[in-house]
Order: sequence, then C-alpha cells, then structure tokens
Amino acid sequence: MVDFINSIVVLLNFVIIPGLSYGSQLALGALGVTFVYAILRFANFAHGELMSFGAMITILFTWFFQSQNIGLGILPTALIALPFGILATIVLGLLSDKFVFKYYRTQKSVPVVLAMVSIGVMFVVNAIIRIIVGTETIKFSDGQKFIMKAKQFKVMTGLNEGLALKSSQVITILITIALLTFTFWFLQKTKTGKSMRAFSDNEDLALLSGINPDRVVFITWLIVGTLACVAGTLYGLDKSYKPIIYLNLVLPIFASAIVGGIGSPFGAVVGGYVIAFSEIMVTYAYKKFFKYLLPENLEPSSLVQLLSTDYKFAVSFTILVIVLLIRPSGIFRGKVL
Amino acid sequence: MRFDKYEWTAISIMVSLFIIVGFVQGWSVSLVILNMCIISAIMTMGVNISWGYAGVINFGVMGFLAMGGLAAVLVSYPPIKEAWHVGGSGLGISFVLLIGLVIVVYFINKLVKKKSHKYWLNGLVIFFGVIIIRYFFLNATSKIEEVDPALAGFLGGANLPIIFSWAVGGFFAGGVAFLIGKVALGLRSDYLAIVTLGISEIVVSVLKHEEWLSRGVKNVIGLKRPVPYEINLQASDWFINMVTWFNSSKLNQIIDPDQKKEMLNNLIIDSSSLFVKLNYAILFFIVMIVIYYFANKAQISPWGRMMRAIRDNEVSANAMGKDIVKQHLIIFVIGAAIVGVAGAMLVTLDGLFTPSGYRPLRFTFIIWIMVIVGGSGNNLGAIFGGFVIWFAWIEVAPLTTFLIEIFTSGMDPQNVIRLHLLDSVPYFRYLLMGMVLLLILRYRPKGIIPEKVRHS
Repeated sequence: MVDFINSIVVLLNFVIIPGLSYGSQLALGALGVTFVYAILRFANFAHGELMSFGAMITILFTWFFQSQNIGLGILPTALIALPFGILATIVLGLLSDKFVFKYYRTQKSVPVVLAMVSIGVMFVVNAIIRIIVGTETIKFSDGQKFIMKAKQFKVMTGLNEGLALKSSQVITILITIALLTFTFWFLQKTKTGKSMRAFSDNEDLALLSGINPDRVVFITWLIVGTLACVAGTLYGLDKSYKPIIYLNLVLPIFASAIVGGIGSPFGAVVGGYVIAFSEIMVTYAYKKFFKYLLPENLEPSSLVQLLSTDYKFAVSFTILVIVLLIRPSGIFRGKVL
Repeated sequence: MRFDKYEWTAISIMVSLFIIVGFVQGWSVSLVILNMCIISAIMTMGVNISWGYAGVINFGVMGFLAMGGLAAVLVSYPPIKEAWHVGGSGLGISFVLLIGLVIVVYFINKLVKKKSHKYWLNGLVIFFGVIIIRYFFLNATSKIEEVDPALAGFLGGANLPIIFSWAVGGFFAGGVAFLIGKVALGLRSDYLAIVTLGISEIVVSVLKHEEWLSRGVKNVIGLKRPVPYEINLQASDWFINMVTWFNSSKLNQIIDPDQKKEMLNNLIIDSSSLFVKLNYAILFFIVMIVIYYFANKAQISPWGRMMRAIRDNEVSANAMGKDIVKQHLIIFVIGAAIVGVAGAMLVTLDGLFTPSGYRPLRFTFIIWIMVIVGGSGNNLGAIFGGFVIWFAWIEVAPLTTFLIEIFTSGMDPQNVIRLHLLDSVPYFRYLLMGMVLLLILRYRPKGIIPEKVRHS
C-alpha cells in the first residue's frame, strides 16, 4: 500500500502538477487565439509576441516596484505589476487592430492574407521587445518560492518520495481557474458576451440585429489582451522569461486551439490540457513509478520512456496531425477547417 | 525571356547594389552577400512556385532546407566503416521490420472490413511492432553513437563530390514534402500554414536528436568543397601568374624587390579568398538561372495555366476535370524540392551542418517576406525579393548604427539610452522586416514586381 501511495506521489510530483500548470498556460494562450479566430476570423501568429510583450511590461513594472520596495510579502511582486501589463497589452492589441488589421477586415481579405499580416505584426512586436529588454533570460519571480518543499512533505507524511509545490504553479492554476470562470460567465450570461457569440456564429445576422461590430472587436481585444498578458506572465514566472521562447510557444498554443476544436472556447481550454499532459506524459521516464508498483524481480531496467525529452515539442504536433486526420473539427466540434 | 522596362530597372538596381557595396565595403563582403542572396533567391523561387502558381501555402521551408543540408552531409562525408560495422546490421533489421509493419498495416486496412476491428487491430500491430523495432533500433544507434564520439559517432556518408548533393537534397526535401502533402494538403490555407510549420519543427528536431544519422547538435564540420581551397590556390603557379598579370601595373610601380614580393604575397592571399567566393557565386548563379528558366517555361506552359486556373477558381477547375488534390501535391513537392536544393547549397557554402541553427524566424518567415515583397507568381520578382531582403537583412545593421549615431550625437557618449540603442542594433532588422512586410501588404499587395497575366 505504501508503495502504491509512493508511486502516486511520484506521478503527482513529476507529471500531474507540472502538467496542470503548463496546461493552464497553454489553455489561456489557446483561448486568446480562439477568440481572435472566432471573432476576427484569422490565425494570429502574433499571439506569442503579444504574450511576450505583456510579460515584458509586467517585468518592467515589477522592477520598478522592487526598486520602490513595494511587495506582496510571500507572493511575487509581479502580481501587482500584472494589471499594468494587461493594460499595455490591451493597448498594443487595439493599436495593432487600428493600424493594421482593421483595413483588411473592411476589405474582407481572405484569412491567409490576415495571417500573413499577423506575421508582420509579429516581427515588429518581436523587434520592439528585443530592443527594449534584449534577448537574455530574466528571472523576476520573488517572494516565497515553494509552498511545500519535497523534504517537508517527506517529513510530514513519512513517505519515501517528496512532493514539491512551487508557489508559481499554485498561482498559475488559481489565476487560470478565476480567469476561465469569468470568461465563460461573461460569454454565457452577459448581453455583450451573447452578442459576441452571435457575431462569431453569423456575422451578417448579428449585424442585421443591431450588434455594433466595432464594440465587439473592442471587447475582443480587451479579452485577448488580458488572456495573453496573464498567460505570458504566468509562463515567465513559472519557467523564467526569455523573449525568444514565446515564438516557440505559439505552435503548441495553435495545436491546443485546433485539437480542442478551433472557434470553441471550451475546446481551447481542454486542448491546452490535452497537449500539455501528452507532452509531459509521453516524454516522462516511468522507471521510478514502476519501481514502486511492480514486484522486485520485474523491475524495469530501462527508463521506460516512450520518447526522449528532446521530442517534447514534436509530440504536440504529432497529436495535431493525428487529430486533423481522424477528426478535422477537433475534439469539441469547432469549425471545420 | 524578355524583360520590360520595369524589370530591367529591378535588375539594374540589384547589380548596382553589389557594385556599391564592392567599392564601399570591399569586394569580399559584396561576394559573401551575393552568394547568400542567390541562395535566398532559389529558396524564394521554390516557395513562389507553390504559393504563387497554385496558392498552396508552404510554411515548412525550414524543414526542407534542413533536409537539403542533411543530403549534403550524407552525400559528401566519408563513410565511417566502424560505425557501419557495429550498427549496420541492427539498422538493417529494424528497417526491414519497419517495411514489414507497413505492409501488414496495409493488408489489415484492405482485408478487415469492420471499422472498429480495423482500428483495434491496427493499434495493436503498430504498438507491438514499434516496441520490437525500437529494441533493435536503439541497440544499433547507441552502438553507432559510441564509435569515437568526439570525431564521429554517426554513420557518415557516401564520400561523393558534394555537388551531387544539390540534386539529392531536392529529392530528400521532395520526399518529405510528399509525405506531408499526403497528410495535410486537404486543410484550409491558414491551417495548412500552421501544420507545415509544425512538421518542419518536427523534421528539425529529428535531425537535432538522431545523432547516428546527422550527428545532431554535435554538428558536422569540414565538409568537402566543390571549389578549390585557398591554400592550394596560393601554391599553384597558374594562380600566382594570373594575380601578377592582373596587378602588373600596380606591381611595376614598386621598384624594391622585397617590397614587391610582400605586396604580391598579400595580393595572392586576398585574391585567393576572393577567387573561391567568385567560384561559388558562379556555380550558384548557374543553378539559379537553370531553375529560373524552367520555372518560367513551366509557368507559361499549359500546366502552368492549369495551375493558375486551380488557384483562381478551384471549383470551376474541378468542374473542368482537373484533379486538384493531385496537382496540389505535385506543386507542393516541386516547390519543396527546389527549397531542398537551396538547403544543400547553403550547407555547401558554409562547409558545416548545424541542425540547431535552423530557426523558423530566420529560415521560414524571412523567406516568406521575400516572396511577398518580390511579388508572388513572378519568378523574377521572387529573385528580386530574395536579393533585396537578404541585402537589407545584412546591411541594415551598419545603417542603423549610423542612424543612431546621428540621432544621438547631441547626447553624452556614455548616455544610457544611447548605449542601450547601440547594443540592440542587431534587433532593428526585425523591425525593418516587419515594417516592410506590413507596408507591402497594405500598399502593394501583389509585390514589387507583380505577376504578369498573359492571355494566350
């Protein structure tokens, strides 16, 4: 029995908790991509840079607060700086919409042109970020790093295996739950949310029934900016901030959005967790896990790893390809591509 | 190939850019940029063929380039006999087993009628098949990677002249493109973009981590060259004579024999490196012209017209009896193959293969900017885009340094903002690229040299 609990703790420590926090970050990102896709109707390649930009502004404000000795005690200072980051990200989103995307929307350009335009925006934002903070890795998490250390857990429970709980992981999961609840409540219950869903479902009909498209677009950028900044900051808190990482993050985010069913917000969230868990589960070495479960003579000699961790990144895309082959509309029947 | 006035202007701009750089920054710099420009132009033509002719989007440029690079290694590197000896049989067994697995799955799909049975049976067979293959495969590869890891640790290549790899690179990239196309070409264009981008990442990560094949992140250095080495040139009589003859007027002015000899030596060293770069440029130029010629021929042929019809109106082209799926696959493969040729040429020019150097920003998105800026659907436009964008990519750094110096000239030289700006000079090129792309898409969506619609 103790062995069984030990094996579960191993799994919790190395697979489930990291998976939950990484999945939350992907889910928030994928939700943003889905909003842009459902309402503005294009694949936004600049979303990763939007996240990066939000995180960067948050970092700048964090530095400012730290220099003024303003902090939250055990919580990271970044949490006070986050609202400023969100504001800046929203402004960036609205500016990019006003100066770039709006023209193509009124021209009714095909989606692929808009995707190309978003690559242009990606380059510009990328350059701005690099010019401001360079390309170095930045660690900006402060406060208490661990809620529970592996050793504490061992002493507390008397088990062989430790369970570490980083505060950034807990913060990530809590903020994600709060933000997702709010977003879905907004979409389902408020009049504005309903008008957005109507707009996404059938633009012409929505316009005929008197929905103001400019307002819908404005609200969309508010939500997208918030989601992007929070996702970017949480990722940076959890793993340390590096400007070029976010370009690579765009691909798993797109994969999450498509796997869940593009255009379906709930699908995007589920897709985020599906991608995160499969990335971690496929590349995790289960040797320790089986060591506790199996009798001694059956103990595995190899690492019991399906794929080496080098392929972490490839996993999300393999899943994407498989899903597109078997069920092109995604798990939750989004729009058929 | 008749050019109109507009196109002649474009050509003369390209030529004069290099002459200006040659006089200002030296001919060596000019030739280095020219070589990369030609390779970029070939990549751009490859993307342009699938996007400009048929509207098939290909964001997998990076992956196809890497396949071309792999071809350069596998063709030219000498085989490592010991590695073959320890691991060859294991690899052979796993390869045979893999083929067996594919055949079994094929027959299951053919013979078993009920859908749910088919999925289960396929799943089981693939699962156990993969486990067995992995056993042999990992055994063999770990042995191969242990052979002299500091210098070898991979299978090596075929020890052929590297110039063959340009064609082989095309085949490799085309083969991968065929597989990708089979899977992904049914998707709507912006999702095809995401999927090809992702698959190219998978290709690169395979090359990065399968050390037995490509030496992975340990890189392969010292590849053979299709052109002479500088050291051999400096020792050969005909080259020395040629340099003396070229510079005879300059040399004759110097009377002192010692000084004369020293100057001749310097001249020989300079001109040997110049000569090598010139040779590369000539080889690359020939490839570019050949591809350009055939691409143009194909565009005005009935096949090219059919492609344009498919691009402009898929439904009616289908109604006229054109097999759209097949044609899309064909043009996707051709475009990728040309990119693969460019990839092999790139590795040939560098003389080394670094899988971790393939990044999407540099090798996919910049190429796409070249296509959009040059003019999709026009091959000369593609070449022009490749030249201009690569030129800007390189020359924007000295230019921004110059501009920053001017704008901040009023400030104290130790001013923080000024120093920070000077530090971030390399990043201004991204800003420029983004702005160029946005401006072109807004004000000249068909590119600088737009497609010519010929009515015949």
